[in-house]
Amino acid sequence: MADFILLMISAILVNNILLIRFLGNCPFLGVSRSMDTATGMGLAVIFVLTLAGMITWLVHNYILIPLGLEYLRTIAFILVIATLVQFVEMVIQKIAPPLYEALGIYLPLITTNCAVLGVAIINIEEGYDLITSIFFSFASACGFALALVLMAGMRERFALTGIPKPFEGTAIGLITAGLIALAFSGFIGLV
Amino acid sequence: MSLKHEFSKGFWEILPPFRLVLGLCPTLAVTTSAINGIGMGLATTFVLIFSNLFVSLLRKFIPTQVRIASFIVIIASFVVIVELVMQAYFYQLFKVLGIFIPLIVVNCIILGRAEAFASKNGPILSLADGLGIGLGFTISLFVLGCIRELLGSGTILGIYVMWSGFEPFTFMLKPPGAFVALGILLALMNLISQRQARKGG
Repeated sequence: MADFILLMISAILVNNILLIRFLGNCPFLGVSRSMDTATGMGLAVIFVLTLAGMITWLVHNYILIPLGLEYLRTIAFILVIATLVQFVEMVIQKIAPPLYEALGIYLPLITTNCAVLGVAIINIEEGYDLITSIFFSFASACGFALALVLMAGMRERFALTGIPKPFEGTAIGLITAGLIALAFSGFIGLV
Repeated sequence: MSLKHEFSKGFWEILPPFRLVLGLCPTLAVTTSAINGIGMGLATTFVLIFSNLFVSLLRKFIPTQVRIASFIVIIASFVVIVELVMQAYFYQLFKVLGIFIPLIVVNCIILGRAEAFASKNGPILSLADGLGIGLGFTISLFVLGCIRELLGSGTILGIYVMWSGFEPFTFMLKPPGAFVALGILLALMNLISQRQARKGG
Protein backbone atom coordinates (compact mmCIF):
# COMPACT_ATOMS: atom_id res chain seq x y z
CA MET A 1 0.00 0.00 0.00
CA ALA A 2 2.82 2.36 0.89
CA ASP A 3 4.19 1.82 -2.62
CA PHE A 4 0.92 2.92 -4.15
CA ILE A 5 0.77 6.06 -2.04
CA LEU A 6 4.31 6.93 -3.06
CA LEU A 7 3.46 6.28 -6.71
CA MET A 8 0.41 8.50 -6.38
CA ILE A 9 2.33 11.40 -4.83
CA SER A 10 5.09 11.00 -7.37
CA ALA A 11 2.69 11.00 -10.34
CA ILE A 12 0.56 13.90 -9.14
CA LEU A 13 3.08 16.26 -7.61
CA VAL A 14 6.69 15.36 -8.28
CA ASN A 15 6.51 14.17 -11.88
CA ASN A 16 3.38 16.05 -12.83
CA ILE A 17 2.50 14.90 -16.31
CA LEU A 18 1.81 18.39 -17.64
CA LEU A 19 4.41 20.50 -15.95
CA ILE A 20 7.40 18.21 -15.57
CA ARG A 21 6.91 15.51 -18.22
CA PHE A 22 5.37 17.87 -20.79
CA LEU A 23 2.58 15.63 -21.96
CA GLY A 24 -0.78 17.04 -22.96
CA ASN A 25 0.19 20.67 -23.25
CA CYS A 26 -2.08 21.53 -26.18
CA PRO A 27 -5.33 21.08 -24.22
CA PHE A 28 -3.55 22.58 -21.20
CA LEU A 29 -3.22 25.91 -22.99
CA GLY A 30 -6.29 25.48 -25.16
CA VAL A 31 -9.05 24.81 -22.65
CA SER A 32 -7.70 26.52 -19.54
CA ARG A 33 -9.46 29.81 -20.19
CA SER A 34 -12.37 29.14 -17.86
CA MET A 35 -12.92 27.04 -14.78
CA ASP A 36 -15.90 25.11 -16.17
CA THR A 37 -14.17 23.87 -19.28
CA ALA A 38 -11.05 23.01 -17.30
CA THR A 39 -13.03 20.91 -14.82
CA GLY A 40 -14.90 19.17 -17.65
CA MET A 41 -11.72 18.37 -19.52
CA GLY A 42 -10.00 17.23 -16.34
CA LEU A 43 -12.76 14.76 -15.50
CA ALA A 44 -12.95 13.47 -19.06
CA VAL A 45 -9.20 12.85 -19.07
CA ILE A 46 -9.28 11.02 -15.71
CA PHE A 47 -12.00 8.75 -17.03
CA VAL A 48 -10.47 7.96 -20.41
CA LEU A 49 -6.86 7.78 -19.27
CA THR A 50 -7.57 5.22 -16.54
CA LEU A 51 -9.46 3.00 -19.00
CA ALA A 52 -6.87 3.49 -21.73
CA GLY A 53 -4.03 2.61 -19.35
CA MET A 54 -5.71 -0.66 -18.52
CA ILE A 55 -6.72 -1.65 -22.04
CA THR A 56 -3.40 -0.77 -23.70
CA TRP A 57 -1.59 -2.82 -21.06
CA LEU A 58 -3.82 -5.82 -21.82
CA VAL A 59 -3.38 -5.35 -25.57
CA HIS A 60 0.38 -5.14 -25.22
CA ASN A 61 0.76 -8.16 -22.95
CA TYR A 62 -1.89 -10.49 -24.38
CA ILE A 63 -1.92 -9.59 -28.07
CA LEU A 64 1.29 -7.88 -29.18
CA ILE A 65 3.84 -9.86 -27.16
CA PRO A 66 2.46 -13.37 -27.95
CA LEU A 67 2.37 -12.47 -31.65
CA GLY A 68 5.83 -10.86 -31.57
CA LEU A 69 4.48 -7.55 -32.85
CA GLU A 70 5.93 -5.16 -30.27
CA TYR A 71 7.17 -2.83 -33.00
CA LEU A 72 3.56 -2.06 -33.91
CA ARG A 73 2.97 -0.70 -30.40
CA THR A 74 2.47 2.91 -31.44
CA ILE A 75 -0.05 2.12 -34.15
CA ALA A 76 -1.93 -0.40 -32.00
CA PHE A 77 -2.14 1.93 -29.01
CA ILE A 78 -3.40 4.92 -30.93
CA LEU A 79 -6.07 2.79 -32.57
CA VAL A 80 -7.13 1.41 -29.19
CA ILE A 81 -7.31 4.93 -27.78
CA ALA A 82 -9.24 6.35 -30.74
CA THR A 83 -11.74 3.48 -30.59
CA LEU A 84 -12.02 3.72 -26.83
CA VAL A 85 -12.77 7.43 -26.96
CA GLN A 86 -15.45 6.88 -29.57
CA PHE A 87 -16.92 4.01 -27.56
CA VAL A 88 -16.91 5.94 -24.27
CA GLU A 89 -18.62 8.80 -26.04
CA MET A 90 -21.42 6.55 -27.27
CA VAL A 91 -21.86 4.77 -23.93
CA ILE A 92 -22.00 7.98 -21.93
CA GLN A 93 -24.45 9.48 -24.40
CA LYS A 94 -26.70 6.45 -23.94
CA ILE A 95 -26.60 5.89 -20.18
CA ALA A 96 -25.77 9.28 -18.68
CA PRO A 97 -27.00 12.17 -20.84
CA PRO A 98 -26.21 14.85 -18.20
CA LEU A 99 -22.61 13.64 -17.98
CA TYR A 100 -22.48 13.66 -21.77
CA GLU A 101 -23.65 17.25 -21.85
CA ALA A 102 -20.83 18.16 -19.48
CA LEU A 103 -18.01 16.14 -21.06
CA GLY A 104 -19.25 15.60 -24.60
CA ILE A 105 -17.27 18.21 -26.47
CA TYR A 106 -14.02 17.32 -24.71
CA LEU A 107 -14.10 13.63 -25.47
CA PRO A 108 -13.10 13.77 -29.16
CA LEU A 109 -10.20 16.06 -28.25
CA ILE A 110 -8.75 13.42 -25.97
CA THR A 111 -7.72 11.17 -28.86
CA THR A 112 -4.98 13.61 -29.76
CA ASN A 113 -4.09 14.42 -26.17
CA CYS A 114 -0.57 13.09 -25.96
CA ALA A 115 -0.95 12.49 -22.23
CA VAL A 116 -3.09 9.43 -22.98
CA LEU A 117 -0.70 7.76 -25.42
CA GLY A 118 2.24 8.98 -23.35
CA VAL A 119 1.06 7.34 -20.14
CA ALA A 120 0.21 4.13 -22.00
CA ILE A 121 3.79 4.00 -23.31
CA ILE A 122 5.32 4.90 -19.94
CA ASN A 123 3.37 2.03 -18.34
CA ILE A 124 4.96 -0.41 -20.78
CA GLU A 125 8.47 1.05 -20.68
CA GLU A 126 8.58 1.11 -16.89
CA GLY A 127 7.43 -2.51 -16.87
CA TYR A 128 4.50 -1.91 -14.52
CA ASP A 129 2.10 -4.77 -13.83
CA LEU A 130 -1.62 -4.42 -14.50
CA ILE A 131 -2.65 -3.00 -11.11
CA THR A 132 0.26 -0.56 -10.98
CA SER A 133 -0.51 0.55 -14.56
CA ILE A 134 -4.12 1.32 -13.72
CA PHE A 135 -3.07 3.13 -10.59
CA PHE A 136 -0.35 5.12 -12.34
CA SER A 137 -2.73 6.09 -15.17
CA PHE A 138 -5.33 7.27 -12.68
CA ALA A 139 -2.78 9.24 -10.64
CA SER A 140 -1.26 10.87 -13.73
CA ALA A 141 -4.69 11.93 -14.91
CA CYS A 142 -5.40 13.43 -11.48
CA GLY A 143 -2.17 15.38 -11.80
CA PHE A 144 -3.30 16.59 -15.22
CA ALA A 145 -6.66 17.71 -13.83
CA LEU A 146 -5.03 19.44 -10.87
CA ALA A 147 -2.63 21.45 -13.02
CA LEU A 148 -5.38 22.31 -15.50
CA VAL A 149 -7.72 23.59 -12.80
CA LEU A 150 -4.97 25.60 -11.11
CA MET A 151 -4.08 27.17 -14.42
CA ALA A 152 -7.71 27.99 -15.24
CA GLY A 153 -8.14 29.67 -11.86
CA MET A 154 -5.23 31.95 -12.65
CA ARG A 155 -6.17 32.65 -16.24
CA GLU A 156 -9.68 33.70 -15.27
CA ARG A 157 -8.11 36.55 -13.36
CA PHE A 158 -6.06 37.69 -16.35
CA ALA A 159 -9.26 38.94 -17.93
CA LEU A 160 -9.36 41.66 -15.29
CA THR A 161 -5.74 42.74 -15.41
CA GLY A 162 -3.81 44.92 -17.80
CA ILE A 163 -1.35 42.69 -19.61
CA PRO A 164 1.20 44.23 -22.03
CA LYS A 165 -0.08 43.79 -25.57
CA PRO A 166 2.56 41.37 -26.90
CA PHE A 167 2.05 39.06 -23.93
CA GLU A 168 -1.70 38.67 -24.34
CA GLY A 169 -3.14 35.20 -24.87
CA THR A 170 -0.80 32.26 -25.15
CA ALA A 171 2.40 34.08 -24.21
CA ILE A 172 1.26 34.98 -20.71
CA GLY A 173 -0.29 31.52 -20.44
CA LEU A 174 3.09 29.92 -21.06
CA ILE A 175 4.85 32.12 -18.55
CA THR A 176 2.18 31.37 -15.94
CA ALA A 177 2.64 27.68 -16.66
CA GLY A 178 6.36 28.21 -16.08
CA LEU A 179 5.70 29.74 -12.69
CA ILE A 180 3.33 26.92 -11.72
CA ALA A 181 5.98 24.43 -12.86
CA LEU A 182 8.53 26.27 -10.72
CA ALA A 183 6.23 25.93 -7.74
CA PHE A 184 5.77 22.23 -8.49
CA SER A 185 9.52 21.69 -8.62
CA GLY A 186 9.44 22.47 -4.91
CA PHE A 187 7.97 18.98 -4.49
CA ILE A 188 11.14 17.33 -5.80
CA GLY A 189 12.62 15.39 -2.93
CA LEU A 190 9.23 14.58 -1.49
CA VAL A 191 9.48 11.01 -2.72
CA MET B 1 -2.93 29.53 -53.74
CA SER B 2 0.49 29.55 -55.35
CA LEU B 3 2.99 26.80 -54.69
CA LYS B 4 5.50 29.30 -53.36
CA HIS B 5 3.03 30.72 -50.89
CA GLU B 6 2.02 27.31 -49.58
CA PHE B 7 5.67 26.54 -48.98
CA SER B 8 6.72 29.83 -47.43
CA LYS B 9 3.75 30.45 -45.15
CA GLY B 10 5.17 27.95 -42.67
CA PHE B 11 8.15 30.18 -41.95
CA TRP B 12 6.37 33.22 -40.57
CA GLU B 13 2.68 33.57 -41.35
CA ILE B 14 1.61 30.39 -39.54
CA LEU B 15 4.98 29.38 -38.11
CA PRO B 16 4.45 26.47 -35.72
CA PRO B 17 4.48 26.35 -32.74
CA PHE B 18 4.20 30.13 -32.37
CA ARG B 19 1.43 31.11 -34.76
CA LEU B 20 -0.11 27.70 -34.94
CA VAL B 21 -0.11 26.96 -31.21
CA LEU B 22 0.02 23.20 -31.65
CA GLY B 23 2.62 20.57 -30.98
CA LEU B 24 3.77 22.17 -27.76
CA CYS B 25 4.72 19.00 -25.95
CA PRO B 26 7.76 18.10 -28.05
CA THR B 27 8.64 21.78 -28.34
CA LEU B 28 8.90 22.18 -24.60
CA ALA B 29 10.31 18.79 -23.78
CA VAL B 30 13.16 18.19 -26.20
CA THR B 31 14.63 21.67 -26.67
CA THR B 32 17.22 21.39 -23.90
CA SER B 33 19.82 21.53 -26.68
CA ALA B 34 19.93 22.70 -30.27
CA ILE B 35 20.76 19.29 -31.70
CA ASN B 36 17.78 17.65 -30.00
CA GLY B 37 15.58 20.38 -31.47
CA ILE B 38 16.85 19.67 -34.99
CA GLY B 39 16.43 15.91 -34.55
CA MET B 40 12.88 16.22 -33.34
CA GLY B 41 12.05 18.80 -36.00
CA LEU B 42 13.35 16.66 -38.86
CA ALA B 43 11.59 13.54 -37.59
CA THR B 44 8.34 15.50 -37.45
CA THR B 45 8.97 17.00 -40.90
CA PHE B 46 9.43 13.55 -42.42
CA VAL B 47 6.15 12.32 -40.98
CA LEU B 48 4.37 15.53 -41.95
CA ILE B 49 5.50 15.43 -45.59
CA PHE B 50 4.48 11.82 -46.12
CA SER B 51 1.24 12.02 -44.18
CA ASN B 52 0.24 15.12 -46.17
CA LEU B 53 1.13 13.40 -49.44
CA PHE B 54 -0.80 10.22 -48.66
CA VAL B 55 -3.80 11.96 -47.15
CA SER B 56 -3.97 14.11 -50.24
CA LEU B 57 -3.66 11.14 -52.62
CA LEU B 58 -6.32 9.17 -50.75
CA ARG B 59 -8.66 12.07 -50.04
CA LYS B 60 -11.19 10.96 -52.67
CA PHE B 61 -11.39 7.43 -51.23
CA ILE B 62 -11.66 8.14 -47.50
CA PRO B 63 -15.27 8.45 -46.31
CA THR B 64 -15.82 11.67 -44.37
CA GLN B 65 -17.17 9.96 -41.25
CA VAL B 66 -14.04 7.92 -40.59
CA ARG B 67 -11.50 10.40 -41.93
CA ILE B 68 -9.88 11.23 -38.58
CA ALA B 69 -9.28 7.57 -37.79
CA SER B 70 -7.89 7.01 -41.29
CA PHE B 71 -5.57 10.02 -40.97
CA ILE B 72 -4.30 8.71 -37.65
CA VAL B 73 -3.53 5.31 -39.16
CA ILE B 74 -1.62 6.94 -42.04
CA ILE B 75 0.33 9.13 -39.61
CA ALA B 76 1.03 6.25 -37.23
CA SER B 77 2.47 4.12 -40.05
CA PHE B 78 5.07 6.78 -40.84
CA VAL B 79 5.83 7.29 -37.18
CA VAL B 80 6.61 3.59 -36.85
CA ILE B 81 8.99 3.93 -39.81
CA VAL B 82 10.74 6.90 -38.19
CA GLU B 83 10.92 5.05 -34.89
CA LEU B 84 12.56 1.99 -36.42
CA VAL B 85 14.97 3.98 -38.62
CA MET B 86 16.09 6.17 -35.72
CA GLN B 87 16.53 3.17 -33.48
CA ALA B 88 18.75 1.57 -36.11
CA TYR B 89 20.86 4.53 -37.26
CA PHE B 90 20.59 7.35 -34.69
CA TYR B 91 20.41 5.41 -31.47
CA GLN B 92 21.86 8.20 -29.32
CA LEU B 93 19.24 10.70 -30.44
CA PHE B 94 16.55 8.03 -30.21
CA LYS B 95 17.48 7.51 -26.53
CA VAL B 96 17.40 11.24 -25.76
CA LEU B 97 14.10 11.95 -27.50
CA GLY B 98 12.64 8.78 -26.00
CA ILE B 99 8.90 8.80 -25.61
CA PHE B 100 8.48 11.84 -27.83
CA ILE B 101 9.24 9.86 -30.99
CA PRO B 102 6.13 7.62 -30.74
CA LEU B 103 4.23 10.69 -29.59
CA ILE B 104 4.70 12.31 -33.01
CA VAL B 105 1.47 10.41 -33.79
CA VAL B 106 -0.52 12.72 -31.57
CA ASN B 107 1.35 15.88 -32.54
CA CYS B 108 -1.62 18.04 -33.42
CA ILE B 109 0.31 19.91 -36.12
CA ILE B 110 0.32 16.80 -38.31
CA LEU B 111 -3.32 15.88 -37.82
CA GLY B 112 -4.18 19.57 -38.12
CA ARG B 113 -2.48 19.89 -41.53
CA ALA B 114 -4.05 16.63 -42.74
CA GLU B 115 -7.50 17.87 -41.79
CA ALA B 116 -7.16 21.54 -42.71
CA PHE B 117 -5.00 21.31 -45.82
CA ALA B 118 -4.12 17.93 -47.30
CA SER B 119 -7.69 16.60 -47.30
CA LYS B 120 -8.76 19.54 -49.49
CA ASN B 121 -5.79 20.07 -51.82
CA GLY B 122 -3.79 18.19 -54.43
CA PRO B 123 -0.63 16.20 -53.70
CA ILE B 124 1.89 18.79 -54.97
CA LEU B 125 0.44 21.63 -52.91
CA SER B 126 0.16 19.34 -49.89
CA LEU B 127 3.80 18.33 -50.24
CA ALA B 128 4.82 22.00 -50.33
CA ASP B 129 2.65 22.72 -47.31
CA GLY B 130 4.10 19.79 -45.35
CA LEU B 131 7.67 20.71 -46.23
CA GLY B 132 7.18 24.39 -45.34
CA ILE B 133 5.41 23.78 -42.03
CA GLY B 134 7.84 21.00 -41.11
CA LEU B 135 10.93 23.13 -41.79
CA GLY B 136 9.35 26.06 -39.97
CA PHE B 137 8.79 23.80 -36.97
CA THR B 138 12.39 22.55 -37.18
CA ILE B 139 13.74 26.11 -37.25
CA SER B 140 11.57 27.08 -34.26
CA LEU B 141 12.81 24.10 -32.28
CA PHE B 142 16.40 24.88 -33.29
CA VAL B 143 16.12 28.53 -32.19
CA LEU B 144 14.48 27.62 -28.90
CA GLY B 145 17.06 24.85 -28.38
CA CYS B 146 19.92 27.31 -29.07
CA ILE B 147 18.59 29.85 -26.58
CA ARG B 148 18.07 27.29 -23.85
CA GLU B 149 21.39 25.59 -24.51
CA LEU B 150 23.30 28.89 -24.65
CA LEU B 151 21.87 30.21 -21.40
CA GLY B 152 21.59 26.88 -19.63
CA SER B 153 24.98 25.38 -20.36
CA GLY B 154 26.90 28.06 -22.27
CA THR B 155 27.25 25.98 -25.44
CA ILE B 156 25.75 25.90 -28.92
CA LEU B 157 25.64 22.50 -30.66
CA GLY B 158 27.99 21.26 -27.94
CA ILE B 159 30.70 23.92 -28.53
CA TYR B 160 31.44 26.25 -25.63
CA VAL B 161 30.90 29.85 -26.75
CA MET B 162 30.42 31.89 -23.59
CA TRP B 163 33.25 33.73 -21.82
CA SER B 164 35.20 31.91 -19.13
CA GLY B 165 33.68 32.34 -15.71
CA PHE B 166 30.15 32.37 -17.21
CA GLU B 167 27.72 31.08 -14.63
CA PRO B 168 25.29 28.69 -16.43
CA PHE B 169 21.68 29.64 -15.92
CA THR B 170 20.47 26.09 -15.29
CA PHE B 171 16.90 27.25 -14.80
CA MET B 172 16.63 27.31 -18.60
CA LEU B 173 17.27 23.58 -18.84
CA LYS B 174 14.61 22.73 -16.26
CA PRO B 175 10.92 22.34 -17.15
CA PRO B 176 9.85 25.79 -15.85
CA GLY B 177 12.54 27.40 -18.00
CA ALA B 178 11.04 25.79 -21.09
CA PHE B 179 7.67 27.42 -20.51
CA VAL B 180 9.16 30.82 -19.72
CA ALA B 181 11.56 30.78 -22.70
CA LEU B 182 8.78 29.84 -25.13
CA GLY B 183 6.45 32.46 -23.62
CA ILE B 184 9.00 35.24 -23.99
CA LEU B 185 9.88 34.20 -27.53
CA LEU B 186 6.19 34.21 -28.46
CA ALA B 187 5.76 37.68 -26.95
CA LEU B 188 8.76 38.93 -28.96
CA MET B 189 7.19 37.57 -32.15
CA ASN B 190 3.90 39.29 -31.30
CA LEU B 191 5.79 42.52 -30.73
CA ILE B 192 7.45 42.31 -34.16
CA SER B 193 4.14 41.58 -35.90
CA GLN B 194 2.44 44.45 -34.13
CA ARG B 195 5.24 46.81 -35.19
CA GLN B 196 4.89 45.60 -38.77
CA ALA B 197 1.12 45.99 -38.70
CA ARG B 198 1.46 49.53 -37.43
CA LYS B 199 3.94 50.41 -40.18
CA GLY B 200 1.78 48.78 -42.85
CA GLY B 201 -1.48 50.36 -41.65
